[in-house]
Amino acid sequence: MAKRLGLRSLALGYLLVVLLAPLAMVFYRTFQNGLEPVWQALSDPNTVHAFEVTLLATAVAVPLNTVFGILCALAIVRRRFRGKGLLNAFIDLPLAVSPVVVGLSLYLLYGRTGWFGGWLSEHGIQVLFAFPAIVLATIFVSVPFVAREVIPTLRELGNEQEQAAATLGATRWQRFWRITLPSIRWAVIYGVVLTTARCLGEYGAVAVVSGRIEGKTETATLRVEDYLLNFNQAGAYAVAVVLAVISVLVLVVMTLTKPKEEAF
Amino acid sequence: MSIEIRHISKRFGSFTALDDVSLEIPQGSLTAVLGPSGSGKSTLLRIVAGLERPDSGEVLLSGEDATGLAPQRRDVGFVFQHYAAFKHMTVRDNVAFALAIRRRPKQEIRERVDELLELVQLQGFADRYPSRLSGGQRQRMALARALAAKPRVLLLDEPFGALDARVRAELRDWLRRLHEEVHVTTVFVTHDQEEAMEVADRVAVMDHGRLEQVGAPAELYDSPASEFVLRFVGDAVRLGDRLIRPHEVALRRWPEDGAVEVEIERIAVLGADARVELVDGNGERLTARLRRDEVEDLDLTEGEIVWASAEPFRELAGDAETGEPVG
Repeated sequence: MAKRLGLRSLALGYLLVVLLAPLAMVFYRTFQNGLEPVWQALSDPNTVHAFEVTLLATAVAVPLNTVFGILCALAIVRRRFRGKGLLNAFIDLPLAVSPVVVGLSLYLLYGRTGWFGGWLSEHGIQVLFAFPAIVLATIFVSVPFVAREVIPTLRELGNEQEQAAATLGATRWQRFWRITLPSIRWAVIYGVVLTTARCLGEYGAVAVVSGRIEGKTETATLRVEDYLLNFNQAGAYAVAVVLAVISVLVLVVMTLTKPKEEAF
Repeated sequence: MSIEIRHISKRFGSFTALDDVSLEIPQGSLTAVLGPSGSGKSTLLRIVAGLERPDSGEVLLSGEDATGLAPQRRDVGFVFQHYAAFKHMTVRDNVAFALAIRRRPKQEIRERVDELLELVQLQGFADRYPSRLSGGQRQRMALARALAAKPRVLLLDEPFGALDARVRAELRDWLRRLHEEVHVTTVFVTHDQEEAMEVADRVAVMDHGRLEQVGAPAELYDSPASEFVLRFVGDAVRLGDRLIRPHEVALRRWPEDGAVEVEIERIAVLGADARVELVDGNGERLTARLRRDEVEDLDLTEGEIVWASAEPFRELAGDAETGEPVG
């Protein structure tokens, strides 16, 4: 009992020091001088635009990576094919590679002398230092989460239920919607939450490829840095807090919608 | 619907699961496919259901070739050993699944599900989730689910294998009665010879991916086609150079033509029967099953020398040496 208490305090203490304390500090500093500076920073048109860019990039990346993640997980767990190990390893690549490197590789691909860059600019499509580059970078860094959550759940699930559904007359499509998806739904939701959090917080890759033009290609995280560099600490804290609140809200909504005692 | 299995072979890598198996299952019968694990019996059933593709051979359902047909188009009900319950659905939704897929009217679905739940005695459990049912209840639910769309064939893969002995015995009786009531062509796979003999009216015995013998339970017991069938269906003991049933061992107090001299090691009384454990001159053990009055008439005691012979004298229907089945 004492041992368990010790372990628990250690875990909680660790979280307190490395996670909660800095977060609490940001909250405290933000509202230290009242709401006025916070409101001022947040109502700045460039800040509003930065949030719009972040949310839009997230809104594109999350659905794409959710569909891709589920398909990938199904392929890896259910199918046998050449290069499966490679696919499995590649999914984790964004976790292993620094976002700055990701940004740089996008820069090399889509820059004027890059593989795609030349062709694209000839056809009048601007990728680098524009919204498309921000979306590409965001998609890249948030690829693994849905697949990584869904793969173990699918493995555990097995395919007997789907086979049973097949013998009961369900087509492949019906099996997916009525059996597979409901069975992995919590893994998918959790993956979506992690993906969303990762998209909102993306900094490194976007910093390289966005061109960080204020009011045009600046995301919320870049905005935080922008404020800091301009000695506007109140502004930096305000934007950071909004980002944190959005992430915490997503987590809370997920925890609340998840039934206390799973029906199964 | 009748099932015809013609020259089916199936390999998994270097393992031969089925080796040229042919079997006919008549309309309305209750057939057991019996064999040890790895004999290919489950693979055969899964091929009939379309869950597995054979490497060669054909499956005919009602005389029509169904070899390449997807499982959802075969009109079979399948029951899995581990129930394969849809965990995210209530019992009612599980049973209704096949009908919901077919977009039947809600009223019709409700009536049919109620009828089935009554049939499997789960009336009070419609709104529960499978996790809150016992193993036996889950398997009854799986049966109701398989029967919902009135399949032409019911296939059961070790349906009672995961249940404890008492529930297993209960469900056996119950499957037998269900078959009498519903009369759908039923095939079930089992490794339990007692289960096969008790429930089925025809038993197909398999070993190492080959069909050894098909027949009525009594036929398999009385005239096994091979040593494997003799050993697998009921008990067998070796007396001299012959394999016989324990109850076919006769004991005498005097030597006789072909009788083997044995020492009585132990006599165990089991109700009206007695099991007499014997050991011959080479140290080979065998068991004889006698009626208790026989033991008393002969006045047998442990440690005595007696002579054992086979009675009645019987040859294997097949060639006992090679174990090749006949026909």
